[in-house]
Amino acid sequence: MRSRTGSFFIAALMGSLLLVSSGAYAIAPEQMPTPQLEARYLALIHGFRCMQCQDESLADSPVNLAADMRREVRDMLLAGKTDQQIRDFMVSRYGYFILFKPPFVLKTAWLWLTPGVLLLVGVIVAVRVIRQRATLVATDPEDNDLTDA
Amino acid sequence: MSRARFIIPLAVFALLVVVLGIGIKQSPDKDLIPSPLIGKPAPDFSLPSLTDPSQRVSSAQLRGHWYLFNVWGTWCGSCRMEHDMLLKIKESGVIPLVGLDWKDDRSDALSFLKDAGDPYQSIAVDHDGSEAIMWGVYGAPETFLVNPQGIVVYKFIGPITDQAWQEQFLPRLPLSAPPSTASSS
Repeated sequence: MRSRTGSFFIAALMGSLLLVSSGAYAIAPEQMPTPQLEARYLALIHGFRCMQCQDESLADSPVNLAADMRREVRDMLLAGKTDQQIRDFMVSRYGYFILFKPPFVLKTAWLWLTPGVLLLVGVIVAVRVIRQRATLVATDPEDNDLTDA
Repeated sequence: MSRARFIIPLAVFALLVVVLGIGIKQSPDKDLIPSPLIGKPAPDFSLPSLTDPSQRVSSAQLRGHWYLFNVWGTWCGSCRMEHDMLLKIKESGVIPLVGLDWKDDRSDALSFLKDAGDPYQSIAVDHDGSEAIMWGVYGAPETFLVNPQGIVVYKFIGPITDQAWQEQFLPRLPLSAPPSTASSS
């Protein structure tokens, strides 16, 4: 029993290592001249969506277009553009869809508000149901299904 | 009170029907990302011509005319599928096609056009892929409809079909341009 869980653990570990390393090898390293630029570069490309794969970031995607877009980000950084200017450029070409974290504007408000509204509806319904059940139990306990179930 | 018990779930259900209905209606387009360039000026460009590298193809030359900006490459299978339709569009004389040869090999592109026919009025070369990013391209083929003021009117993603041409492009062109008047270009 112990050895089985142990080998399962090792297999899982190796599997995850495989996943991690294949991701790392997919992208050729692109060094920036200073650590500050490097940090900004990495933060930016992790925040952009690869438009071809859509669920990967620019940083993680091995496709050609992602490499071209990383180069574009790098060139803009080296040209002295601010992070906001670079984000604005990408949004002006590809729309808010390219940002993994879209800003809160009129166009994206539904995106941010819908989960909250749904949660609120759920809470209201739950509170009402609980209150109704509570009054049922309090007023006529004989008639309550819960007691004889 | 008892009426509310029915109305609330019914309202929630109706809302769900509407939301899912919209989702289903749009599902064929769910992979198509709407372009923020629509209604905005097309990117300015000046790039070497594929057919004659000493010449340039530029947005300035194209001012004052409607044109289709078609992003393609010989490596792109869907572009080959689209090619016959492009030749038909050229033949109709309705609107000139300007090509953007995206990250392609020049000799491959030239020999492909020699064999399959060249539907383009002019072809700009985007060797490193930076021009495609300016246009927000994320796959080929993509086709932009640009008006005489240089504004992007429409973007079509994927190979243009007969149906798309009839239903999406022609209605956006002025008077559905009779072929005889446009053949002078």
